[in-house]
Amino acid sequence: MNSTSTKRPTYYEELRRKGYSRREFMQFCTMIAAYMGLEANGVAQVSEALMSHPRVPVIWLHFQECTCCSESFIRSSHPMVADIILDKISLDYTETLMAAAGHQAEAAMEKTMKDSYGEYVLCVEGSVPVYEDGAYCCIGGRSAVDILDEAAAGAKAVIGWGSCACNGCVQAASPNPTGATPIHKLIKGKPIIKVPGCPPIGEVMAGVLVHLVTFGRIPELDRIGRPKAFYSKRVHDSCYRRPFYDAGLFVESFDDENAKKGYCLYRVGCKGPTTYNACGIMRWNDGVSYPIQSGHGCIGCSEENFWDNGSFYTRVPNFPGFGIESNADKIGIAAAGLTAAGLTAHAVGTRLKRKKEHDKILEEGIDNANELN
Amino acid sequence: MKTVRLRRVYVWQMPVRIFHWINALCILVLGVTGYLISNPPVFLSNAEASNSFWFGTNRFIHFTTAYIFLSMLIMRLYWAFVGNKYASWRNFIPINKKFIQKIGGVLKHDILLLKTEEDVSIGHNALAGFSYFMFFLLTLIMIVTGFGLYADSSTWFLPKLFAWVPALFGGDYLVREIHHVTMWILVVFILIHLYLVFLHDQYEGRGETSAMISGYKFIEEEVIEKQKEERQIERIA
Ligand code: SF4
Ligand code: SF4
Repeated sequence: MNSTSTKRPTYYEELRRKGYSRREFMQFCTMIAAYMGLEANGVAQVSEALMSHPRVPVIWLHFQECTCCSESFIRSSHPMVADIILDKISLDYTETLMAAAGHQAEAAMEKTMKDSYGEYVLCVEGSVPVYEDGAYCCIGGRSAVDILDEAAAGAKAVIGWGSCACNGCVQAASPNPTGATPIHKLIKGKPIIKVPGCPPIGEVMAGVLVHLVTFGRIPELDRIGRPKAFYSKRVHDSCYRRPFYDAGLFVESFDDENAKKGYCLYRVGCKGPTTYNACGIMRWNDGVSYPIQSGHGCIGCSEENFWDNGSFYTRVPNFPGFGIESNADKIGIAAAGLTAAGLTAHAVGTRLKRKKEHDKILEEGIDNANELN
Repeated sequence: MKTVRLRRVYVWQMPVRIFHWINALCILVLGVTGYLISNPPVFLSNAEASNSFWFGTNRFIHFTTAYIFLSMLIMRLYWAFVGNKYASWRNFIPINKKFIQKIGGVLKHDILLLKTEEDVSIGHNALAGFSYFMFFLLTLIMIVTGFGLYADSSTWFLPKLFAWVPALFGGDYLVREIHHVTMWILVVFILIHLYLVFLHDQYEGRGETSAMISGYKFIEEEVIEKQKEERQIERIA
């Protein structure tokens, strides 16, 4: 069989076939364009693209992960998001959702890789363990390292879903026993879009995919490789509690008066000031809420190393190797104290050893003063 | 008893002194406001956010002072090339063997209190000069990490120049930690600096402390004569 991409139906055709009305389709386009931060005429661009472009084949691989990214994605507020990208329409391979299993599934993946070489989008969920020749994660008898290598070779672009794929997440936390490695360290020479978060917001994931489809190129990325449209602001910069922060009104413990009043969660460890994500704007579960709105600080789930970046409930940096109770300030004060003690000792030593020099100056001074009597 | 004749030497030029004191003030303000940013006090109050902005003001002072701090540093760098010989960059960077030997000499005499001959230096002694170079590097760390953290809150090109810093460290968190810890290293350094200034003043009686206000140090006649001779020999050689 020799199917080419031109024979593939467009997204719109597939949606109509699935029973969506044109109105619903336009609603979806409007919503996703707004999420992507496009101007009003962006809606037309999106609908145009989805009506004229044949669907882009997608291979979605799962390695060391908990599937929370997939969950987040298929539960994103608009059902069409999942339908349009996943659910048979565009997804050629994903362990979680595909109907096929075993050899059949592997064959489907191989076929896509061969037929759409250089055209498919590779989505990776999860990090890749590299210790012991990759033995810690094997699928269908092959190591994750192997599978990723092969799949990435023919990909047009690679998307790293979630913190696992982007920075290793919990399995890469110290001591990282399996050598869990984010994909950008393994894939060379391909455009990689990082969509960190544990999980990323479903609408953000959809926005990234639709951008790829609509414009045929990857969205604008920041220095770390994250789409600027969603990751250029700190959670702190769009936090509705920010006025309390600027006013210096903080929650001290989760059950105090200040917590009831909804003051800023900075002192109970909120990592919003160092976390780049769209939670404050898009929120979660159809815009219902996000952690801070529910009274808990941001834990910085979309930032590199967030499991090792100290406690979720304090802000002063912790120091590994100095015991659990120590933090930078305590060590700093101790160091200053030790220095002061050392200097005092040195002052005493100098006094003893350099008494003669000192007395000479003193005597001279006294003599001169006496002359004036 | 023989009276020592002291001669007035103009060591610290005006720009050096201005730099020193503004710098000291900046570090104090930056240290205090910075500490408050990392660890703000909590007031139990009924206040509404609309009436109060103290934490924002605190941050504003921190950022403004950072700009002053940076411009002072640039000024001092310039002066290291056009100022007098005591202000020159040559006092700070150990570029030759002699400098390193002198550091050893000061270590033995001033710090380890061994019975070695005192090598009188009219400007910075070699060890002090070198330690100020280290201090300079630490302040550079502060500037780079500080402006790196600030870059995203600003639209001006200058902080934006530092936007690569958080990217280099994988995110803001680590940069913040480095910024925070370096502050403590500076605190320790300043303690030692103050101690040594007072120590030198006490044991040498050359007006070490007041020199940073007036610019003058008072040096023994014989020391000056000896150093003149040395310079003569160096020139001929
Ligand atoms: S709750 Fe967190 S994100 Fe919100 S203003 Fe306070 S520190 Fe910033
Ligand atoms: S608020 Fe922070 S921890 Fe929570 S989802 Fe957003 S980035 Fe992650």
